[in-house]
Amino acid sequence: MIQIQTYVQAQTLEEAWQLNQKRSARILGGMLWLKMESLPVSTAIDLCRLGLDAIEETEEQFTLGAMVTLRQIEQHAGLNAYTQGAAARAVQDIVGVQFRNMATLGGSLWSRFGFSDLLTWMLSMDTWVQLYRGGLVPLEQFAAMPYDRDLLVRVIVYKRPGRFAYQAMRNQRTDIPVLNCAFSQMEGVCRAVVGARPGKAIVLRDEAGLLAGGITPERARAFAQWAAERTPTGSNSRGSAAYRTHLVKVLVRRAAEEAGGNAL
Amino acid sequence: MTEKQRQERAGLRTVNQAVPKKDAMQLLLGKPVYTDDITPRDALVVKILRSPHANAIVEEIDATIARKIPGVVAVYTWQDVPQTRFTIAGQTYPEPSPYDRLILDRHVRFAGDAVAIIAAEDEKAALRAMKAVKVRYRVLEAVLDMHTAKDNPVLVHPEEDWYPSCPVGGDNRRNLVASGASGDGDVDAVLARCDIVLDRTYHTKAFNQAMMETFRTYTELDRYGRLHVISSTQIVFHVRRILSRALGIPKSRIRVEKPRIGGGFGAKQTAVCEVYPAFVTLQTGRPAKLIYTREEAQTAGSPRHEMEVRIRLGAGSDGRIRAIDLYTLSNTGAYSEHGPTTVGLSGHKAIPLYTGNLEAYRFGYDVVYTNHQSAGAYRGYGATQGIYALETIVNELAERLHMDPTRLRDLNMVREGMQMTSYYNEMANACALDRCMEHCRQIFHWDEKYPVRDMGNGKVRAAGVAMAMQGSCISNVDVGSATIKLSEDGTYNLIIGAADMGTGCDTILAQMAAECMDCGVEDVAVFGADTDASPYDSGSYASSTTYITGKAVEQACAELKRKICAIAAGMLGCAPEEIVFEGRQVRRASTGETVTLEQIGYKSQVSNNIAAEATASHSSPVSPPPYMVGMVEIELDKETGQVTVLDYMAVVDCGIPINPALARIQTEGGIVQGIGHTLTENVQYDHNGRPIESSFFQYRLPTRLDMGRLRVEFEHSYEPTGPFGAKSIGEIVINTPAPALTHAIYRATGVWHREIPITPEQIALSLEKDA
Amino acid sequence: MMELKLTLNGKPLAASVEPDCLLIDFLRAHGCLSVKRGCETSGCGLCTVLVDGRPVLSCSMLAARAAGHSVQTLEGLQDEAAGFVRFIASQGADQCGFCNPGFVMNTIALLRENPDPTDDEIRAYLAGNLCRCSGYDGQLRGIRAYLDSRKGGPAHD
Repeated sequence: MIQIQTYVQAQTLEEAWQLNQKRSARILGGMLWLKMESLPVSTAIDLCRLGLDAIEETEEQFTLGAMVTLRQIEQHAGLNAYTQGAAARAVQDIVGVQFRNMATLGGSLWSRFGFSDLLTWMLSMDTWVQLYRGGLVPLEQFAAMPYDRDLLVRVIVYKRPGRFAYQAMRNQRTDIPVLNCAFSQMEGVCRAVVGARPGKAIVLRDEAGLLAGGITPERARAFAQWAAERTPTGSNSRGSAAYRTHLVKVLVRRAAEEAGGNAL
Repeated sequence: MTEKQRQERAGLRTVNQAVPKKDAMQLLLGKPVYTDDITPRDALVVKILRSPHANAIVEEIDATIARKIPGVVAVYTWQDVPQTRFTIAGQTYPEPSPYDRLILDRHVRFAGDAVAIIAAEDEKAALRAMKAVKVRYRVLEAVLDMHTAKDNPVLVHPEEDWYPSCPVGGDNRRNLVASGASGDGDVDAVLARCDIVLDRTYHTKAFNQAMMETFRTYTELDRYGRLHVISSTQIVFHVRRILSRALGIPKSRIRVEKPRIGGGFGAKQTAVCEVYPAFVTLQTGRPAKLIYTREEAQTAGSPRHEMEVRIRLGAGSDGRIRAIDLYTLSNTGAYSEHGPTTVGLSGHKAIPLYTGNLEAYRFGYDVVYTNHQSAGAYRGYGATQGIYALETIVNELAERLHMDPTRLRDLNMVREGMQMTSYYNEMANACALDRCMEHCRQIFHWDEKYPVRDMGNGKVRAAGVAMAMQGSCISNVDVGSATIKLSEDGTYNLIIGAADMGTGCDTILAQMAAECMDCGVEDVAVFGADTDASPYDSGSYASSTTYITGKAVEQACAELKRKICAIAAGMLGCAPEEIVFEGRQVRRASTGETVTLEQIGYKSQVSNNIAAEATASHSSPVSPPPYMVGMVEIELDKETGQVTVLDYMAVVDCGIPINPALARIQTEGGIVQGIGHTLTENVQYDHNGRPIESSFFQYRLPTRLDMGRLRVEFEHSYEPTGPFGAKSIGEIVINTPAPALTHAIYRATGVWHREIPITPEQIALSLEKDA
Repeated sequence: MMELKLTLNGKPLAASVEPDCLLIDFLRAHGCLSVKRGCETSGCGLCTVLVDGRPVLSCSMLAARAAGHSVQTLEGLQDEAAGFVRFIASQGADQCGFCNPGFVMNTIALLRENPDPTDDEIRAYLAGNLCRCSGYDGQLRGIRAYLDSRKGGPAHD
């Protein structure tokens, strides 16, 4: 049962940041995971009044506020057009509509959970995280950073022309994935992102050029094999390391083929 | 069905009609009708402190600090409770489940066993107190594998006062709850003569009922100072008896009632939580409420018995099944609830399916204690486990013989008029299993779907089949009763002790009463269940309510009609035999004079010596099985191992369905639960034997995206001993998915998985090995 | 304790709440007993209510976060629900009823957002509403019958 001493709707980012410097303070996202924790929270800081709940689209980029919900991402026409529907595919099996109406982008990315569909998908794009003190940081770098007391304010996705795909394996349709995989080919560079290993997602760029010259079924298979060799996997109640390694080969290959077959 | 039966069915007005449930609009509009909704918010909050260890002795327990926390009213430990052992299994006395529990025991036997009862003014104080109770445990070695439980030097129940109230072959010095064997003919000799003998072992896990409303009970002292219990239970009378023994107070001091119940599926056929708040109320004199968290329901509930079923199946090369030798090892967990009885169904409600050519059978079993959460009653009650094993080995036989598995069943199945040697020699008086098979083959397009089809991209489509049976009561044991009363406006009150847990039995019984009394279903108000007001009923379990309590309703109505006629005879000054009951009125045949029901109702309240009400009780010497065929088509992804259920079709013979809409929903709900057990609901344990799947986050119930398309139809038979020809429906419907899906997965992959659930990982890695 | 002002089922409400009071507990304490708790892990949908018209899980939201917003429970949407739930009743799909309020609330949200959904759209939108009794198909048939009846088509009522 969650215990919170004080609840504050911050009026400014500075106020939120200041309040958050205490170790027992917490920034509220959708609260879906936080509410299951039993650690006492001294100050729960709500960013709901800071106008961070919109997705803005320009010619060059998408800017997503930290309080944007997964449901907004799922339904955003621009994001789905840019990613050939990968945005919706990445989040639409997460629990249910009600859950996705609450779960926030900021909460999901900040937590950097291994099973996160959002983190895996966003790592496949040119995604940057805007931190209140830390400034603009590539998502990949942010994902590797230790938890600190900074604030995640916005996420910026630069619209590099590309092809995108998203694949996940779930034991039951709305469960967290046993393994997930995002694939992109942006400006000629292919990358696969593999998450729910069950550890945090890792990014694998096609450094060996296995997909250079275009994605064919044979090349996709070779790339998937290469990716599986470089993806550390582990075991938990949802699947063994061996099964996950097997899935890396399947999902990376399928995602590559899917992206390869997507028209620009 | 005879011509007479056909005519009777054609003349039915309220029975065999899809009447909406009487409580439907209240439920759908969210009215406050459940235990927590109708009981005071300011009752003491009761919480249970639970053992983190699978097997331990409470060496020291200190609640001094906890008791001082503001808002904490009481903390009780093993030293505070009565020392009389009892069982919480809701069964007819003397219960086959040995008496092996105390309210709080110094010896805790599973990770989750109760160590202390906390009562506080609010939840926060109760939770603080839970953290403040200091317990020192002496941790003992635990028995966590059912295979090593029997004759293990570590005893789950070493106590001297372990008491079996029935002889069920158990011995607590051997970790044995029950043991037995039965049979007919010389199995070994017949097996020796068979062309083909398959010897296989199957394993099913301790699946959780996962009803949406967890266990919960409210208790208070009523205006007479009696213990008034409002509980989400299927068994009000058994709860009263259990509390009486556990608390050491007479039954006259206890009243148990149930409001609406948020699902049970057998879980609430055990008094899982009633005793704790009842003890608090008796000690403090104050109202108390205990609501189990989902985690408690998952880890300290009353799930299915884990079973391992070994079968030796002997057949001729022509496919005739000649001998079945079935042995079941059942894991009852830390306490005995329903252990000795569930296991029986794994043989007796599976083997009779193959009565056709059966020359000999043997059924043996052991039920063992382990340091797992105690198992209990779950829809299907052992039949599910046995049928999964038997239907799978029959499918293995069909594949081995290259025979169509539905034709193999045509050859061997039980048919109407057969005597079922393995089912207490009962006759199959109403059995449409053969028609169910033919009907299901047609609607499913079996001949087209049985061949495996490659869909490209590593995906294949395949089909599987299974049959099932169950009973319609516990023969010679269950008692159903009904009281029906005439009101002065000519409407009726029907009072029952059976428990509608969402199944719709209140409505079904009212339909039967309306049919008997020749009135509308809306003219019958139903009340149940309350030990102070209801006539005795064993409760709603063992598929018995329609079949047993329904018959009691029929009999009570007949009796009430006689009384109504007698009152009218007094009014008309004639003999009761001259009076004909016509629904809204009665008529004196000789003169044509009539008296309305309303007039009789008013007359019954003025200068009257004949009660305008009747009560009847009913028991049955037989338990006629319903039958069913299920067929499933899946698409299987050979690379990921993912199984997608496309179509599930079933044809059921439940006799004459009293309410076809509710019978259909029962069937659909049971099928989806069965799909869950086979594909998504896993049960794994940590090092303490505690389920890892302790929440809905881990224990994955099928969603509406996991179950494919359902199609359910009925083949009617007419059961002569049932009300209006009815048999049961509630349990049988969970039995076909596990074997049918196992079969379809084999068809798609060439691999038999002999344990459920079958996970995508198991499927994918078994294929990777092959490749 | 903190002061909270919100609109509950169309009526303004001011109340004191603990900062960690969850919306579900607040609502039940204020007479909205249709709101049910089925899990503690934000996964069953039983506690679904509408906040500013959007379906959310009241078990996972602080009551304090509802300040200034409009909260609706089934108590406040009886007429809108009555229109289609009788079709669910005709199927017998209400069953134990414990999941019904959350399911009905989310169906209301679905039909507001998409008045003419396909069967697959219904399944997808309601995927977060678990039901252990009905096997789901009867719920779907009920919604389908209601939609058909609105179009003047065959009413399976």
